[in-house]
Amino acid sequence: MPEPIIIIKELTRKFGDFTAVNHISFEVEAGEIFGFLGANGAGKTTAIRMLCGLLKPSSGSGMVAGADILKNPNLVKSRIGYMSQRFSLYEDLSVMENIRLYGGIYGLKKALVKKRAAQLIEKTGLNGLEKRLVGDLPLGWRQKLALSTALIHRPQVVFLDEPTGGVDPITRKQFWEMIYETAAGGTTVFVTTHYMDEAEYCDRVCIMTEGMIRALDKPDILKKKYDAGNMDEVFLKLAR
Amino acid sequence: MKSANRFFSFVKKELLHILRDKRTLLILFGIPIAQVVLFGFAITNDLNNAPISILDRAHDQGSREITERLLSSGYFTLLDNLDHPPDIEAAFRKGKAKLIIEYGPDFYQQLMKGRGLNLFLAADASDPNMANLLVNYASAIINKYILEKLPAMANQRRIQPEVKMYFNPSMKSVFMFVPGVMSVILMLVSAMMTSISIAREKEQGTMEVLMVSPVKPVQIILAKVFPYLLLSLVNAASIVALAYFVFGMPVQGSLFLLGLEVMLFILTSLGLGILISTLVSTQQTAMMISLIALMLPTIILSGFIFPIENMPRLLQILTYIIPARWFLVIIKDIMLKGVGIAFFWKETLILAAMCLLLLGISIKKLKVRLE
Repeated sequence: MPEPIIIIKELTRKFGDFTAVNHISFEVEAGEIFGFLGANGAGKTTAIRMLCGLLKPSSGSGMVAGADILKNPNLVKSRIGYMSQRFSLYEDLSVMENIRLYGGIYGLKKALVKKRAAQLIEKTGLNGLEKRLVGDLPLGWRQKLALSTALIHRPQVVFLDEPTGGVDPITRKQFWEMIYETAAGGTTVFVTTHYMDEAEYCDRVCIMTEGMIRALDKPDILKKKYDAGNMDEVFLKLAR
Repeated sequence: MKSANRFFSFVKKELLHILRDKRTLLILFGIPIAQVVLFGFAITNDLNNAPISILDRAHDQGSREITERLLSSGYFTLLDNLDHPPDIEAAFRKGKAKLIIEYGPDFYQQLMKGRGLNLFLAADASDPNMANLLVNYASAIINKYILEKLPAMANQRRIQPEVKMYFNPSMKSVFMFVPGVMSVILMLVSAMMTSISIAREKEQGTMEVLMVSPVKPVQIILAKVFPYLLLSLVNAASIVALAYFVFGMPVQGSLFLLGLEVMLFILTSLGLGILISTLVSTQQTAMMISLIALMLPTIILSGFIFPIENMPRLLQILTYIIPARWFLVIIKDIMLKGVGIAFFWKETLILAAMCLLLLGISIKKLKVRLE
């Protein structure tokens, strides 16, 4: 059994008197789709920010993609991908310019950027639209492009922070297909979401309330355990 | 190699942002040229063909000769000859004449007998600066005439000073405006544009993505300000070129030194811009703060339009913290006086200290925000 890709132990973050994340511990296996659920203010964002090396934990420890989030946040950053709920591409740059920029940011050589850009365009079906400004693309395509761009440096883990917020159901479904492909390719997907039906697509889900982990398991097991028909009911029972 | 690559990807992206945004382009290149031309041609303090009315009750050699001199000076044109004592207030209200000159009866005779000057000048002071200027110019011409006629007067009465205007002999106001416009433009481009562009990334959420990348915050900011540094230099160069070729403003001192001082001022402004961007989260606030906290003081308190010596003490103290105040002194020293660093090392030092302080604070603030 290989080493888990994310190992979090007793991770805590305080803002003054307020404890946003309260001694959480979990592990994520390589290649897993890991759902991170919780109401607004449950501490999801704070937890993700710590995992990405953006925020220093008050206490506890964590390893992400083999790098220590306390001692070496910059190494963490270079090994992960990130896509936020707010659109993360530049709308006034073209498809190709965006890809090149992110390739450059992650320090890829020009030839490599070129090769991967071609693969990426092929995979997302954006052929012929390389020079189109991203702002002119339909939202669904932008979202796909954003995810592919977040993967341009072939990270071991990709963090998706509510990637499907405000997107229509069909695009959401297509987006999840891309997530499956990504995970099948060996990249671990760490995803937060508001939509409980999406939780069903995850290999395992973790539900947070008030800065603590209330449940963490496969969706089927959680449903059985809480005697619920779907994840929505599970969530409501826990959040109450 | 890796980080140089990163840096250039960023700079390229930033240049693309600027080139794609018509509004930004207009602010960057339209405003500087418009301002210099406007200040050079339209908004001028120079006296040029000011309309005057004359009431000549003497009709003698003296009154004729003085009138002739006034009109041939190029500063004044004759609006009308009055034949009875005018209702001065009414004349000014009509708003045509700027200055009224009245020669008393027997003007020349009284003058030659040394009984004093039977002459009356009235100026429309609804524009006080203009009124002062008119009276000074007219008095100078009249005094010169009297001294020619009565050389003894100079010894009898107080000594008439002979005035010579150094560094700007023809008193062209464009010489005054160019350094001022330059500091306003550089402040606009460097501080306002950078603070807006950083705020835009925050607003659109792209800043978050940059922060998650392995690029260090300091690198992000440096790459962000670098294109604006270049653009500001281009702007400064085009303003100086415009001043030189169109308005004949000289660059007496070292062009190289001028470039270095301009660079120092730009860096100071960039520091201010970054500082503002760390304080705000929307483009609008960034713009408002830049306009109110930077542009207005740069225009009003730098000595660009209002002389600092004439300000109340409190405001004078306030001008010490305005970078443009020191920059103006330096620019004028280099361009007009042609002196070297020995004459403005103090101003340079103050500017350098401000620059270091601002850059230091803003970079520190950036780090703190990320913790």
